[in-house]
Amino acid sequence: MKSHRFDATVLTLGFAFLYIPIIILVVYSFNASRLVTVWGGFSLNWYTTMWSNEGLMDAAWVTARVGVISATLGTILGTLAALTLVRFVRFPGRMLFSGMIYAPLVMPEVITGLSMLLLFVALGIDRGFWTVIIAHTTFTMCYVAIVVQSRLLTFDRSLEEAALDLGCPPVKTFFKITLPLIMPAVVAGWMLAFTLSLDDLVIASFNTGPGATTLPIKIYSQVRLGVTPEINAICTILIGLVTLGVIATSISTKRTELRRIRDEHEAARGA
Amino acid sequence: MAKSLGPVKRKFSPWTDPSAVPFIRFENVTKRFGTFTAVNDLTLDIYEREFFSLLGPSGCGKTTLMRMLAGFEEPTSGRILLQGKDISGVPPYRRPTNMMFQSYALFPHMSVEKNIAFGLEQDNLPKGEISARVEEMLKLVKLDQFAKRKPAQLSGGQRQRVALARSLAKRPKVLLLDEPLGALDKKLREETQFELMDIQHTLGLTFLIVTHDQEEAMTVSDRIAVMDKGIIMQVATPAEIYEAPSSRYVADFIGDINILEGTISKTEAALGAPGAIHIDSDGIAVKVEQECQAVQGDKVAFAVRPEKVRISPEQPADTSVNAVYGEVWDIGYLGDFSVFLVRTADGRIVRAAQANVSRLVDRPITFGDMVWLTWSADAGLVLTR
Repeated sequence: MKSHRFDATVLTLGFAFLYIPIIILVVYSFNASRLVTVWGGFSLNWYTTMWSNEGLMDAAWVTARVGVISATLGTILGTLAALTLVRFVRFPGRMLFSGMIYAPLVMPEVITGLSMLLLFVALGIDRGFWTVIIAHTTFTMCYVAIVVQSRLLTFDRSLEEAALDLGCPPVKTFFKITLPLIMPAVVAGWMLAFTLSLDDLVIASFNTGPGATTLPIKIYSQVRLGVTPEINAICTILIGLVTLGVIATSISTKRTELRRIRDEHEAARGA
Repeated sequence: MAKSLGPVKRKFSPWTDPSAVPFIRFENVTKRFGTFTAVNDLTLDIYEREFFSLLGPSGCGKTTLMRMLAGFEEPTSGRILLQGKDISGVPPYRRPTNMMFQSYALFPHMSVEKNIAFGLEQDNLPKGEISARVEEMLKLVKLDQFAKRKPAQLSGGQRQRVALARSLAKRPKVLLLDEPLGALDKKLREETQFELMDIQHTLGLTFLIVTHDQEEAMTVSDRIAVMDKGIIMQVATPAEIYEAPSSRYVADFIGDINILEGTISKTEAALGAPGAIHIDSDGIAVKVEQECQAVQGDKVAFAVRPEKVRISPEQPADTSVNAVYGEVWDIGYLGDFSVFLVRTADGRIVRAAQANVSRLVDRPITFGDMVWLTWSADAGLVLTR
């Protein structure tokens, strides 16, 4: 009984540690008062004024575009990298390559950001929207590669051989057989890449230029001038979106799982 | 062993006809993976409409041989000819062979009919023709009602049928079957074996099957190639393989057999009389009526199948040759047959099989009984390899 109570306490403390800051942020987004720390009654005011804050809206739009484009590019490159790593087992430098794909995961973001910046400067590329996209593609593709790689490792290659055997050329086989079957991993990789791009501050701030301020950069710079409840409001919306995404993903995985179990039961009955 | 049920076996033996042109020919084919030699300088002819088995333990190179024919592997050296044409360098998707995979390799995201139609769609056949062919295939494997199901909604046996239908749909010149029945239970496996023979006979195709199950190979094949370590040990009909194995390896691999190692004590051929060879196997005197190149003093093995060994508690009239006296050491009751393991005075085990004609309770021989094992001079054979 005693250990039970201990468990409960630890659990409560743990969750409190995780969620109290977020709860405070959400609660204060409904604060009527302009002062962040003083409760002035309930209001949806900040959710309406937020929309007319052009700087904030521009940044949100930039972030969304950067996220979608870089996640898509990162997913394509990451998937190709995963295919190479899993499929072409015997090519020179494979060990080096597979080790290097993990490097950006453990590399401090400051270093990734700085090195990208130095590259753009060396090449004489003006920083802006596209340099942020390139930087984000570079670091998100590693995550995609790892997610897709783990799926490909359990992929039954005889499926592709069967397609080839039935007269389907290799490229068509990839699009008709391989891609549909690894799609869940590719989608998961894209979502991960999009989320990473969405909340990246460090790499973006190294590589951004005029007119390409992302939301995290905007929020960070505004906070230095003092937190406004508008920021709380936009953060609350972000949290809401992410939560929805997580719930949707888990529901769809659950449903696929249930369908698989039902199929197996049906097969067992029909046997 | 070879059951005579199913369709009546046609008289079919193109391999005995010297003018027959082989349909598939492996010509000095070698395949190495790094330092491992999977197939070693192998030459083999397979004829049109033949049901041919590659039989051997895992790692003997049988699957590699089949994959080279399908185009998934290229030979390190040697040639593979299909209808007289060298097919090396032709990618798998342009070869007139189709394969049924051991794992079935059904496309999980497509329905049964889509799976079967897949190969036909690659040939850009008109829609009507594709659906007619799919329907025909579904009927052939008796899965008409399952057309819309996904592979996950089928049982193992049904999946196996879909895989077969899919590989047959394109009417390949050669159908390759990689351990096609490995995942099925015994009863279903036996049924399916006869269905396979039926289908092969009806469609008049050439079937090449890879298996490690000797009973399966015996049942379905016109000819069997027994493989070991990348080479072919013997190619022959099931009956020849069983009754006249060419080596200890083949004799031991197919069915149950007694092998007595010994030395040729005399050959009657040398004495001017035709036939018999006398072997001394540590005190057991064996006489075999067989043409044999071996001469006196050669180390050979005498092999005899247990079902050709008679077992009796009574002493036979002649105990000087082909007779062993011993104690019943163990009895394996197999239902239709019982196998008696008889231990001789020097500790060797010789097996005799007896059909269980009478009921269990009536059988006269039991554990510990002293018995005589005898066999006729034409029951066994001398193996020099």
